[in-house]
Amino acid sequence: MALGLEASLGNTVITTKLDAVVNWGRQYSLWPFIFGTACCAIEFMSAAASQHDISRFGAEVVRFSPRQADLLLVCGTISYKQAPILKRIYEQMPLPKWVVAMGACASSGGIYDNYCTVQGIDTIIPVDVYISGCPPRPEAVLDALIKIQEQIQGESVLVDRHNDFKGILD
Amino acid sequence: MNSTALEKIKAAFPDATCTTVLDSVVVEVQPEYLESTLSRLKNDPTFNCGLLVDITGIDYLEYPTPRKFRFHVVYTLRNWQDNLLVQVRSAVPDPQAGIATVTHLWGSANWGEREVYDQYGIRFNGHPDLRRILNHWQFEGHPLRKDYPIEKGQICLETDSLENEIRSRLFENGIDETTMKDINTEIMFLNIGPSHPATHGAIRILAALDGETILANVNEIGYLHRGFEKTAENRTYNQIIPLTDRLNYCSSMINNIAYAKAVEAWLGVTITERAQFMRVVLTEFYRVLDHLVCLAAALVDMGGLTNYWYLYNEKEAAYDLISRLTGARLTSSFTRIGGMYRDFYEGWEKDLELQLRGIEKGIGDALKLVETNRIVHDRTQGVCVVSAETALSYGFTGPVLRASGVPFDLRKDAPYYNYESFDFEVPVGTTGDIYDRFMIRFYEMAQSIRIIRQAMKHIPNGPINVRNSQVCLPPKDQVYNNIEGLANHFKLIFEGVKVPAGEWYDSFEAANGELGFHFISDGSGQPYKLKVRPPCFYTMGGFHKMVEGNMIADAVINLSCINIIGGELDR
Ligand code: SF4
Repeated sequence: MALGLEASLGNTVITTKLDAVVNWGRQYSLWPFIFGTACCAIEFMSAAASQHDISRFGAEVVRFSPRQADLLLVCGTISYKQAPILKRIYEQMPLPKWVVAMGACASSGGIYDNYCTVQGIDTIIPVDVYISGCPPRPEAVLDALIKIQEQIQGESVLVDRHNDFKGILD
Repeated sequence: MNSTALEKIKAAFPDATCTTVLDSVVVEVQPEYLESTLSRLKNDPTFNCGLLVDITGIDYLEYPTPRKFRFHVVYTLRNWQDNLLVQVRSAVPDPQAGIATVTHLWGSANWGEREVYDQYGIRFNGHPDLRRILNHWQFEGHPLRKDYPIEKGQICLETDSLENEIRSRLFENGIDETTMKDINTEIMFLNIGPSHPATHGAIRILAALDGETILANVNEIGYLHRGFEKTAENRTYNQIIPLTDRLNYCSSMINNIAYAKAVEAWLGVTITERAQFMRVVLTEFYRVLDHLVCLAAALVDMGGLTNYWYLYNEKEAAYDLISRLTGARLTSSFTRIGGMYRDFYEGWEKDLELQLRGIEKGIGDALKLVETNRIVHDRTQGVCVVSAETALSYGFTGPVLRASGVPFDLRKDAPYYNYESFDFEVPVGTTGDIYDRFMIRFYEMAQSIRIIRQAMKHIPNGPINVRNSQVCLPPKDQVYNNIEGLANHFKLIFEGVKVPAGEWYDSFEAANGELGFHFISDGSGQPYKLKVRPPCFYTMGGFHKMVEGNMIADAVINLSCINIIGGELDR
């Protein structure tokens, strides 16, 4: 039973919430930027190749410019030397943006608990989804993508995310 | 062979102490004779050590038998024609005052010495560009010194501008201020990377361009420096195997095997026949995989995306095969000191043969697209040429060196694991251009498949691990059912394989060239020092020699055809 506006318009239009339609659009057209530094990037290559085929989830338009991307996939170890570059790339991405930390290294430093490795990229930029594994299987990358899509579903265009984040380089 | 080499070297350097360790002759000299000794070893035709394989420092601060001087340096040289491997060692009385550089003798000394300076703080006087290479420029201290705490990280706030370096490189190439100000030249500085699709990882290329031609080029590496060597000092020998996976992650098992072989060489353990054959099969299989990824990516850079699917799909299928064998797709960790983790599973032979056929088909399909393709020829032939002499001077090894016409291959020149009894050829290039570097990988894959088929035909049955309770874990029924087995297992896991005190170097023909491991053991279950000689570190060190004078677009495909893998480059 239609109420309000729909009642007077009849079946001629579909009404929805702005959030729902925007989120629906965002969800299925994520454009990833691959910050691939190490072994995990090879597994991302597999996720993008024919067998696993990331385009089934609408995220095959891999961008090499951060300005055209809204999903940052950090695949690999981030060293302190690399950290300022990662931060700059993140800042160059327009809002809204999401970040996935792929693999043990990006999530926590992994097996490299030492003087040159950043102990998790969430000390530099905010992270939305972490993927465990060293390296994670390609299916896990797809799983993370679905998680991001689910998360997007519940978001609102009115709310800015992560604007109070402070990392070690800020 | 080595006894005569030893005699010759003893006769030539009467003041030095000469010994043989495994396959190498070790010459210990006084610091003031270091430069002259190295120069004689290079220039004297009786020694003719044209290849400076590696340079490393040593910090003896915590070594059980104290030394007069804390720091030492070791130069590893090779005369590839006569299979002569020489290590020249010298004490460094004062790291701050330093020792003389040898950059005028070998191009590879440039990056080699920079690494020693970065990691140990030993200065090299007369070095043209002595600055950090693996750690960032804001780093303080020298991480491989024993008194540097492993967990002490240091933040880097911004990247190095490299402005001085590119200017001095321009100057070296004869482009001075007046040319730069000339109305007809307009020099543009172009920075590629470290996060750029063309760099396949994290490398930074800075080029000074005139139009599209590269006048000068400098590169910065170290973005993937993960402290392999420092971490290894705190792990038992078997615990290091997973770390070696992550050196050249496109051919992880080759690293596993090379590493295990190096440790076994010093332990004096000969692994079983079956394990040797397994290692040959797997090495060659991974060599094929490594070349597949390299070529797939390189052809994408040239605009041939179709090749990527032909080649990469086979690699993907091969991953499935490998995960059936090892349980992991990429990081296999499949060797153990003294043998292998597991034997081939039942049906492996059939699966492998099927996979080899698939790979051959993929290679054939890709070759059809590129072999006689005019565009590929025009873009690669005669482009980024590097002469055999330059290649040797910069320490190139593996396919990149062979593309320049030097037939050096450790599998032929210093064979191990019965390589001498396999029937295979070593493809060699003629011009040393990008085309040769490409095609050599295609041909090498065919040769590797040949070796695999021969090895699978002759592989004997039998155990895969040596029966030596000091090296290999006892069988599980003994661990669960008797106390000796349990104690044995416990000791090996906790304390590691005890390796006799000493220092040695062992090398292996990996997919990218000579992969060497330089160990120092203090007799415990953990190495006192472990230095990797990564093949692509030195290849990258000569990158400017390949690209200067060529176009910027050529530099991109040149980078992909030399197969730089960050994990191995920066460790
Ligand atoms: S998590 Fe493992 S596979 Fe991934 S980059 Fe780190 S070491 Fe490599």
